[in-house]
Amino acid sequence: MVTYILQRLGLALVTIWAISVVSFVIIQLPPGDFVDTYITNLAASGSAVRAEEAQALREQYGLDKPIWVQYWKWISRVATGDFGMSMEWGRPVIEVIGDRLWLTIVISFAAILITWGIALPIGIYSAVRQYSVADYIFTFVGFVGLAVPNFLLALIIMYFGFKLFDLNIGGLFSAEYQIAPWSAGKVWDMMKHLPLPAMILALAGTAQLIRIMRANLLDELRRPYVTTARARGLPEWRVILKYPVRAALNPFASTIGYLLPFVVSGSIVVSLVLSLPTVGPLLLRSLVAQDMFLAGTIVLLLGILTVIGTFLSDLILMWIDPRIRSGMHG
Amino acid sequence: MADPILSVRGLETFFHGDEGIVRAVDGASFDLFPGRTLGIVGESGCGKSVTARSILRIVERPGRVENGSVLLRRADGSTVDLVKLDASSREMREVRGGEIGYVFQEPMSSLSAYHTIGNQLMEAIRLHRTVTKAEARDRAIELLRMVGIPRPEQRVDSYSFELSGGLRQRVMIALSLAAEPRILIADEPTTALDVTTQAQILELIRRIQEERNLAVVLITHDMGVIAEMADAVAVMYLGKVVETGPVDAIFHAPKHPYTQSLLRSIPSVLAQPLSRLATITGSIPHPFARPAGCPFHPRCPSFMPGTCDTGAPGLTRLAPDHEARCFLYDQPRETSA
Repeated sequence: MVTYILQRLGLALVTIWAISVVSFVIIQLPPGDFVDTYITNLAASGSAVRAEEAQALREQYGLDKPIWVQYWKWISRVATGDFGMSMEWGRPVIEVIGDRLWLTIVISFAAILITWGIALPIGIYSAVRQYSVADYIFTFVGFVGLAVPNFLLALIIMYFGFKLFDLNIGGLFSAEYQIAPWSAGKVWDMMKHLPLPAMILALAGTAQLIRIMRANLLDELRRPYVTTARARGLPEWRVILKYPVRAALNPFASTIGYLLPFVVSGSIVVSLVLSLPTVGPLLLRSLVAQDMFLAGTIVLLLGILTVIGTFLSDLILMWIDPRIRSGMHG
Repeated sequence: MADPILSVRGLETFFHGDEGIVRAVDGASFDLFPGRTLGIVGESGCGKSVTARSILRIVERPGRVENGSVLLRRADGSTVDLVKLDASSREMREVRGGEIGYVFQEPMSSLSAYHTIGNQLMEAIRLHRTVTKAEARDRAIELLRMVGIPRPEQRVDSYSFELSGGLRQRVMIALSLAAEPRILIADEPTTALDVTTQAQILELIRRIQEERNLAVVLITHDMGVIAEMADAVAVMYLGKVVETGPVDAIFHAPKHPYTQSLLRSIPSVLAQPLSRLATITGSIPHPFARPAGCPFHPRCPSFMPGTCDTGAPGLTRLAPDHEARCFLYDQPRETSA
């Protein structure tokens, strides 16, 4: 078992390295570099940049060196925790990202919990009562939910919240806590703001998850072990919750790792609309501005979080699936 | 002979699909006696398993028990008609496992892979008896020992996939007997096992039957298993019991042409090498295209045109405990309403 965990850990490190290369290459792919974009922006606002000045900027950031040199300089500093300067913001990347990473994780987890809380019971119900009226209604609502873009939903809710209740739904904090340092009051303020954006983000995955849970469970419900449990005299709800639902939930453990990037990339537009302080909008801006240290850091961090998530789901699977555990003994 | 512990009368279980109704069990009747084995035999799809599941009221939708009665005589002498009970009622659940144990065909997939054997055994024990966890665990180990599982103290914590097919089927038998039922329904218990293991499992069932005076319903398509195990036989074809009788009568003086054909198609080690196996001509009709009259008439060697394809024969008593459903023994009644 220890060998297995070490092996997984080793693979995780290799994967993280690969992600760092890929994320660095990807942000280098668009034509031009940060200085070009900077010059274009300045030109658009009427001022020009002299060629020597541009050259000086390039040298300062190492943009004139070959790409592997740039990568090496970047990654060796990253290894020591220095993610470089954001060119656009003129501040260290760490500072720019700041709390956003943790807020992203908090809001993503809230969204995932809500998704599961809604989708799993409905999926179970839909499978157990397949083709019932309620199953059709859930399916219909689910597909509508799947088809409506999240940001539209966010806009509608904001509109009605403002119109009917005079609420300003955007953001995660009230005005007085916006830039205040962390305190119990600020956390509480965030908790109060969290449910609605989390809910809106959650609805995207809900319809899909209902379908997956329903399909998984329908497969399991036809297995002989369900009939065996029934023939033992177990009440129907215990038959279903203890055996097929248990089996149908198993695949979900393996998806935990992918949930975070899924929510983050799926939530960029919603985050913009709701002005949520997550990394999504920041990533978008940094990509547009070719702020490569910032974009690279965000992509890298998301990648690392995914790898950690996958590693965790491997451990969870090992914990909940006796077949995997037994495979490791022999 | 004593009173039957289980009497099935005119049982009908239909499946309501979009394309029509499948009469999976279409008037099955038989009796089961304590300490005896009733073999239910027939080709695949003849309604053997559905009959067994109908008794326990665990037929899956869209199947439904439509008619007939399943009279269970309880230990206290009272009788209850299982068909009249609500399938999910407490009373019915107490019958499942408590009065009637059920062993399924596939030991591979009939146990949960996510729970230990002990977990499932203790669940079955505690469902029907008020015992502590520790007592249930001791009892589970005892059951495993009874069905001949080596080192039961360790096996109780293993998972089903860690056991061989034969051991799993032994676990299934232990599981079905956990609450000491008086009836055991074994639905093709040896089909998925190799021949040596088959013999061991059958021997185990017979031993337990003797120890506990268990009434056994043995469902199989294997005439050899019937010959070895059964006291009485019910032969089913397309949802109907076409012949019932003591095992000797069925094997030595079969009356129904279907029973006769089934017996002819048993491969024999004494047969001429490379000779063709006898088969029953034709194949089982599609459930939606049931032949009119006697359902066996298109394949029947004794087909009587004008008789067998117009009316359905009734059960005719040929001896006190031997009945057959065939016009060879039953004069067609003219206009029966």
